[in-house]
Amino acid sequence: MATEVLMPALSPTMEEGTLAKWMVKEGDTVSSGDILAEIETDKATMEFEAVDEGIIGKILVAAGSEGVKVNTPIAIMVEEGEDADAVVTAAPVAAETPVAEAPAPVVPAAPAAPVASVTLEPDYPDGTELKTQTVREALRDAMAEEMTRDESVYLMGEEVAEYQGAYKVSQGLLDQFGAKRVVDTPITEHGFTGVAVGSAFGGLRPIVEFMTFNFAMQAIDQIINSAAKTLYMSGGQMGCPIVFRGPNGAAARVAAQHSQDYAAWYAQIPGLKVVQPYCASDAKGLLKSAIRDPNPVIFLENEILYGRSFDVPVLDDYTVPFGKARIWREGTDVTIVSFGIGMTYALEAADKLAEEGISAEVIDLRTLRPIDYDTLLGSVMKTNRCVTVEEGFPVASIGNHLSAYIMENAFDYLDAPVINCTGKDVPMPYAANLEKLALVTTDEVIAAVKQVTYR
Amino acid sequence: MAARRTTKKPNVSKEELLSYYRDMLLIRRFEEKAGQLYGMGLIGGFCHLYIGQEAVVVGLEAAAEEGDKRVTSYRDHGHMLACGMDPKGVMAELTGREGGYSKGKGGSMHMFSKEKHFYGGHGIVGAQVPIGAGLAFADKYLENGRVTFTYFGDGAANQGQVYETFNMAALWDLPVIFVVENNQYAMGTSQQRSTSSQEIYERGLAFGIPGEAVDGMDVLAVKAASEKAVAHCRSGKGPYILEVKTYRYRGHSMSDPAKYRTREEVQKMREERDAIEAVRQLLLTGKHATEDELKAIDKEIKDVVNEAADFSKESPEPALEELWTDIYADA
Repeated sequence: MATEVLMPALSPTMEEGTLAKWMVKEGDTVSSGDILAEIETDKATMEFEAVDEGIIGKILVAAGSEGVKVNTPIAIMVEEGEDADAVVTAAPVAAETPVAEAPAPVVPAAPAAPVASVTLEPDYPDGTELKTQTVREALRDAMAEEMTRDESVYLMGEEVAEYQGAYKVSQGLLDQFGAKRVVDTPITEHGFTGVAVGSAFGGLRPIVEFMTFNFAMQAIDQIINSAAKTLYMSGGQMGCPIVFRGPNGAAARVAAQHSQDYAAWYAQIPGLKVVQPYCASDAKGLLKSAIRDPNPVIFLENEILYGRSFDVPVLDDYTVPFGKARIWREGTDVTIVSFGIGMTYALEAADKLAEEGISAEVIDLRTLRPIDYDTLLGSVMKTNRCVTVEEGFPVASIGNHLSAYIMENAFDYLDAPVINCTGKDVPMPYAANLEKLALVTTDEVIAAVKQVTYR
Repeated sequence: MAARRTTKKPNVSKEELLSYYRDMLLIRRFEEKAGQLYGMGLIGGFCHLYIGQEAVVVGLEAAAEEGDKRVTSYRDHGHMLACGMDPKGVMAELTGREGGYSKGKGGSMHMFSKEKHFYGGHGIVGAQVPIGAGLAFADKYLENGRVTFTYFGDGAANQGQVYETFNMAALWDLPVIFVVENNQYAMGTSQQRSTSSQEIYERGLAFGIPGEAVDGMDVLAVKAASEKAVAHCRSGKGPYILEVKTYRYRGHSMSDPAKYRTREEVQKMREERDAIEAVRQLLLTGKHATEDELKAIDKEIKDVVNEAADFSKESPEPALEELWTDIYADA
């Protein structure tokens, strides 16, 4: 019986990919394990193997096709004597079963088109040329620009050099800067973090990539006790200019040990600066500022955001200052404040609320240490209501802190208690349906807004 | 590459002997004074004295050149004095005063001197080891020919990050000398009770790092070993491990009653193996100095220490505004 070969999901966050090259042609007989094609994901180029034996009846997607959605039929396999064309017409029916076998990874809905959103306070002049870039490319460019600018900047981490980055963020940097400045480490977070901190004391400006921030827990003593506190402990003599960066928070279906938002943990530490960008231009401008900062900076990225595209200004040296929030959308009824991937829910909720006649002002904090309290308070004093959004755990969350700050400084302006929308108070489950429940959702943000606006 | 014990002693001049005598005596008298000030309530918190281990750091430093770096644990007063930091600034840090190296904000365990290339003073056991390798990483990157002395104890030698560091230091040929100051007790736990294999200097073998044990109560033996280790590192051959067998006479910290060892054990070390007394005998028997000359040195050292103690008492406490400074460097 003829079967369809579907575009595979080759990483937890892959939604689409490029069919780089077919390794078989129509009429070829293949057995299970034979390489059918090379597929380029958001992270790497992977070989795609046949699962069953059969004959390649028809190739449906040509080599070089970009943006092929996961689960799209890319070829038809037939048995001896079967006609592939007959199967193609029946494709929509046949597609149902394979979808159930290989479900697309569960990822939060695509962000509300950021380009269309109102960016009230861009960090670049009107009329600046813009280009569309993914967050991943923006981060790479930021590192490349700063490494060009300053010889003492180097990148260290697991798989950053020859592998081109576990999430492809450091792609091309080894070729551009060489092995001295793009350093593959053994899997030894505690150790290489300490080495990087020492090298910062010794006059260099390391960028440490954690494959994910979950693994930075192995190294947290060096981050906090050595990097964050030494300037103070040395009476100002010895600072630690270093950036710790990497994906943070939940990705998709990687469960409890690989899905945690550390924003609140690091934001608690005096001596650290903490950045959690949402869009590509902020990722670039803030990373460049982080690399130049003479203090240790925790730079929390997000795997799901890596592949999202945004407008990025075409400027020789584009930086975004720390401690300055960005108002993405102006509104009058409620302030929704978030950061990082939380902005996805905040902006989507604001769009849907607008349809119901509720005008939400959406603020992206961008940095969590320092926090732009002025922008937040100014907005809350105007809207008199506030909802915070983050993916992290609810207890001692960033939202808790913002609520307390607003209560202490703008109590008389509040018409309703501040509500914190957060991830649930559970370790991240693996099952797709439970994972969805564990994360904060747009619906929860909408419900919270309705609660504070008494709708 | 080999792991072995050295016994060879170098020829040594009168001037060198006198300078080691002076440096070791300064550490001992300084520490005795610190103990006294602690008893008077002028020094607070944890205070870990170096008494008994003086020959280690003085011997190691004898092979250091200007620009070489050092980093150590919380038992750090001796290292600071040996690399030329001002006893007044060190003592005033112990008393938590404005005149201290960290303006009174670091204390006994957290002191630094950029000028003397002393990178602390670290309170977390073993954390200074990757940091030391990182300093060496920077030196190699900057191609400046410097080496880093990274000191840690027999207790820290059981921390995982030490071996993570050995691996990277060997992999990348970092110019770092790992100095294991084996004073036989990790706080109150003897080496026999905490350590599966007693020869710590052999632990680099798995990583291809040469190691050597040396008598830490003999400053000349330590110096000879240090010269060898420094030459190895400076020539670009990568890291080196020196296990320096020593002994601390006092408790782990000031509040340690030291019930885990006998009074006789300590007394025997003091009487038979004391490093300062050994150099004193060399000076006298070699007719390099007379009793009177040594007495004059003793007095001179006592004056320096008393001056440091006076300064540490007179220096004011840090201004209250200091609470809020040095948290961030200006961007």
